[in-house]
Amino acid sequence: MGTTRGFFRRRSGDDERLPPGQYLERGFPVLSAGPTPHVPLDQWDFSITGSLSEERSWTWDEFLALPREDFTVDIHCVTTWTKLDTQWTGVSVDTLLDGVELEGGYLTALCDGGYTTNLPVEDVTGGKAWVVYQYDGEELEPEHGGPARLLVPHLYFWKSAKWVRRLIFTDEDEPGFWEQLGYHDRGDPWLEQRYQGD
Amino acid sequence: MAVTDWREATVARIRPETPRAATMTLEVPDWHGHRAGQHVDVRLTAEDGYRAQRRYSIASAPEGGAPQITVVEVDGGEVSPWMVSVAREEDRFEVRGPFGGWFVWEPAMLGEVLMIGGGSGLVPLMSMLRAGAPARLLVSARERDDVLYLDELEKRELDVTFTYTRRAPLGWTGYDRRVDYSMLREWAGTPGPRVYVCGPTAFVESVANDLVSLGHEAANIRTERFG
Repeated sequence: MGTTRGFFRRRSGDDERLPPGQYLERGFPVLSAGPTPHVPLDQWDFSITGSLSEERSWTWDEFLALPREDFTVDIHCVTTWTKLDTQWTGVSVDTLLDGVELEGGYLTALCDGGYTTNLPVEDVTGGKAWVVYQYDGEELEPEHGGPARLLVPHLYFWKSAKWVRRLIFTDEDEPGFWEQLGYHDRGDPWLEQRYQGD
Repeated sequence: MAVTDWREATVARIRPETPRAATMTLEVPDWHGHRAGQHVDVRLTAEDGYRAQRRYSIASAPEGGAPQITVVEVDGGEVSPWMVSVAREEDRFEVRGPFGGWFVWEPAMLGEVLMIGGGSGLVPLMSMLRAGAPARLLVSARERDDVLYLDELEKRELDVTFTYTRRAPLGWTGYDRRVDYSMLREWAGTPGPRVYVCGPTAFVESVANDLVSLGHEAANIRTERFG
């Protein structure tokens, strides 16, 4: 299709690190469907349940005692912003699953507030996903998903579910909140999988 | 043609909305209407092939054949300055959609709803109002000149309340501060109705938190946040 009269580039970007249709954002916008939940840490726990050989659960203190990783990744929101070199601290999903045998091929992340998102197991294992509780060296703010959020940086950011409390492993792929509302089932930003049909 | 296919839209009409905002009526081939509250993705391509993509809420009523978007110019922005200051009739860019199934209002929904909009957050709420949503509306703007759709809001004889956060008109006796807990306590009434909140992130965050503190159920509060 044609060009748009009078439109030109105004922003310099790190093009190779920007997936198609994304722009570089220096702030940290928020996308949420409802209010931010606030759960006291003494009532917080995290669990893995469903189709696996052993269900596990951690209190907040137990979770903090798990081996942690510090890492730097780029994040990509379906609303078209990308933020480069974001720094996080958290627990790899591989660590949570260490010694556990998975029986299904999918999972649903379940969050405070009722939000869900679905993922294939291979998108959260092999060093690709974490449950993070620090951003940029500080405790994760509630509006950004604190006390803890899932982080799956190679997929659009709605897969990195805020306020995550449980990973439910499933035999079948079960569409989550946005996935039932027309968003893409997998959400690979490099393939620009924003909506169903992309 | 699928909803996800890019289509070439033509600017059929462009109208200044405020000194910093404009509403565009778009002719989009194979457009089948939308649900009030939905958005479109737009894509602009420069002469050198550079492309920029953004999402904009639809302002018009669902049944209108040609969708309208209202764009507020963002300082240092790339696409919004073109939309507000450069675009003219017959210009073209790509559009796809409509998208979004959460921040929507349907005529089948019964009962009054509450709407709270800050700045450009009024755009999807306007689509709902134009669709006939029975609503009480709270509008937060920096000053009167910044209120989108001001004439229409007054003409529609809606139950609309304004608050001005930077400069209120001379002789103004209404609210002249950011939306806060005590304003919401006075304005929102007994919890129960669905509440739509749309605007900048910090605005939505604070309004939604206050609504929860006032006893509104989280499940009744639908938010949309603009970076």
